Amino acid sequence: MSAATLNAATSTADIMTGAEIVLRALKEQGVDTIFGYPGGAVLPLYDALFQQNAIRHILVRHEQAAVHAAEGYARSTGKVGCILVTSGPGATNAVTGLLDALMDSIPLVCITGQVPTHLIGNDAFQEADTTGITRPATKHNYLVKDVKKLASVVHEAFYVARNGRPGPVLIDLPKDVMLGSGPYSEAPTAPHRSYRPQREPNAESIQQAIRLLKGAKRPIVYAGGGIVNAGPEASRLLTEFVRLTGFPCTNTLMGLGTYPASDKQFLGMLGMHGTYEANLAMHGCDVMLNIGARFDDRVTGRLNAFSPGSKKIHCDIDQSSINKNVPVDVAIIGDAGLTLKALLEAWQADSQPQHTGALAEWWSKITEWRANDCLRYRQEGSIIKPQHAIRRLYEITQELGRETFITTEVGQHQMWAAQYFGFDKPNHWMTSGGLGTMGYGLPAAMGVQIAHPDALVIDIAGEASTLMNIQEMSTLAQYRLPVKVFILNNEYMGMVRQWQELLHGGRYSESYSSALPDFVKLAESFHAKGIRVTRAEDLDAGIREMLAYPGTVIADIAVAKDENCFPMIPSGAAHNEMILGEDQEGGVKGVTDEGKVLV
Amino acid sequence: MPDQADNKFRTATIAVLVDNEPGILARVVGLFSGRGYNIESLTVAAVDEERAISRITIVTGGTDMVIEQIKAQLDRLVPVRKVCDLSLEGPHLARELMLIKVVCTGEQRMEALRLADAFRARVVDATTASFVFEMTGNGDKLEAFTALMRPLGLAEVVRTGVIGITRGTYSLKA
Repeated sequence: MSAATLNAATSTADIMTGAEIVLRALKEQGVDTIFGYPGGAVLPLYDALFQQNAIRHILVRHEQAAVHAAEGYARSTGKVGCILVTSGPGATNAVTGLLDALMDSIPLVCITGQVPTHLIGNDAFQEADTTGITRPATKHNYLVKDVKKLASVVHEAFYVARNGRPGPVLIDLPKDVMLGSGPYSEAPTAPHRSYRPQREPNAESIQQAIRLLKGAKRPIVYAGGGIVNAGPEASRLLTEFVRLTGFPCTNTLMGLGTYPASDKQFLGMLGMHGTYEANLAMHGCDVMLNIGARFDDRVTGRLNAFSPGSKKIHCDIDQSSINKNVPVDVAIIGDAGLTLKALLEAWQADSQPQHTGALAEWWSKITEWRANDCLRYRQEGSIIKPQHAIRRLYEITQELGRETFITTEVGQHQMWAAQYFGFDKPNHWMTSGGLGTMGYGLPAAMGVQIAHPDALVIDIAGEASTLMNIQEMSTLAQYRLPVKVFILNNEYMGMVRQWQELLHGGRYSESYSSALPDFVKLAESFHAKGIRVTRAEDLDAGIREMLAYPGTVIADIAVAKDENCFPMIPSGAAHNEMILGEDQEGGVKGVTDEGKVLV
Repeated sequence: MPDQADNKFRTATIAVLVDNEPGILARVVGLFSGRGYNIESLTVAAVDEERAISRITIVTGGTDMVIEQIKAQLDRLVPVRKVCDLSLEGPHLARELMLIKVVCTGEQRMEALRLADAFRARVVDATTASFVFEMTGNGDKLEAFTALMRPLGLAEVVRTGVIGITRGTYSLKA
């Protein structure tokens, strides 16, 4: 920029307060909704919010819920979620949500109030070292001390949140900066002076990958949440690639929906509670194509026994995911969508034929594994099997044909939801994968419902998890959000109980849900509808009643108390050392002392 | 997974060019402590005031896989512009500055001076009962000199930590 244009730019720049700068920058970044909770240090921002209509503020009942709501909003729309909380306890309450978003690569911008700059470091009222506390819980953070830099910091924060591997970005804003005056500047074309993540995959690596894939006799595609982050087009390209190649495809927990669950080439989820066929195919494959997944410990099991005979191709936008847990043969850094596009083009351009005979043999092996029907369960008598409850919920929502979004809490119900609810589209499945945050599902559903007011939004919950953020029932009431909370109530922290049964001699230390509320009355006290179902023969009617009701519902489904989630790869075991449930219960083979140390 | 035996522990000297902004050092140090990496030495100073760029030199250790991971994790930090493992970029120079105080009298004084001369240490302060020597070099040289001073009345040592640069025309640019 020349000196003359620079002068012109500054002279015509609008001068406004820091609070007004923030709101204008948010608006320019496409923010229409912000989840938050007021307090002393953010009053100027709330005052500015009061005087405008472009941005809708959703008042939560706890700051952690504001972050999860923003995650649900972001994950279901592909946009950046936005949060506004006060200093001190406001910021510290948000930390769990921020780390959750960091682990699951969800783009967020969180604005925290801070005590005025002259009081920073004085242990002032509601002061916390927010940038210090959140440094390892965010992708990046800022403390803005100069109102003149405020607009560019907000623009930069959005750029950082959504580019490269997405993640939460925090802006700590002292009260005097909100009240001070400065110029507004529009988002620059290069919003950061040095941060330029690589998006385009390297052509040579793509060729190496294609050579391996064409030569594959027992291939598998292992696709994860990176494909969701790359946008719906990436899921379409994944489906096209898998169909073109005829390869089997498995999804991680975070990747569910990126490949249609109803397709015959889909093997289901892999990993600790993944299907028999997906895990054995991972174990026995000769070429593995990982796109947008990170070889997480829930997926790999014991590392030195993980897919021992395969060549591995790893496509990821984050260089640090490569060779972190599992050494790979070909690494492709870039956006999952662009990578899939390049793979498709290179596959079609390559004249080398596929090993069709070998692939057919591989499929017949997979068909044998499938015949095991590892997700089978027996619904007999009046006691509701949790698997059956989710299966019926899925089937009935399919019948209704409404656009349906599912969120979950964390535990057994989460794994059952992943196993028994089929997802054919990305962005419709919101779950806390990396951090495993109990209490995620209810506020996340709130955020999804705000973004999709006409859709059906269901939080598949456990009675223990959902109590962790149950205060948000009040938010649902205030904004008349018709979220359905579908509680699989087994009166236990089920996954803790399962591990105690299998690994700790059945000593159920503190894992029972004592003194539970009457969820029907609880729902009613928050102006919602409560339904309780205790018998299998009433299940369908209960689900239909819940889905037909136009407002918020808590459906408390009493399920079998001691049901375990299978298949299961115990900690420290390999994919081919899976426990399959019913027939093999009673003793967990393959759990070593080393395995017991793992979580 | 390749056999860990062919993946030996090695020391790496890593140069990092960063945007000179508040908290950057905390980010780098926090990354090492948070992920359980070891820092043997760390130095930092602004190297380009105009563009606000600082250079950090970190000496760390691990298997090749761990060092690759350290580099990738550093590179992922938003204000980090460039990460270079000097140990892999071919020959490089590594230097430290040391100030060392020796308190002694009589024959030991003469011996300390003779050794300092042999090691090309400079006398930067002297009293009738003490010397402060200034010395640059690689870690081995500084340690050898420190060991020689110990019986002669070594009183205090301060070292800057390692800075490093590649030999030849290759230059690290942000």
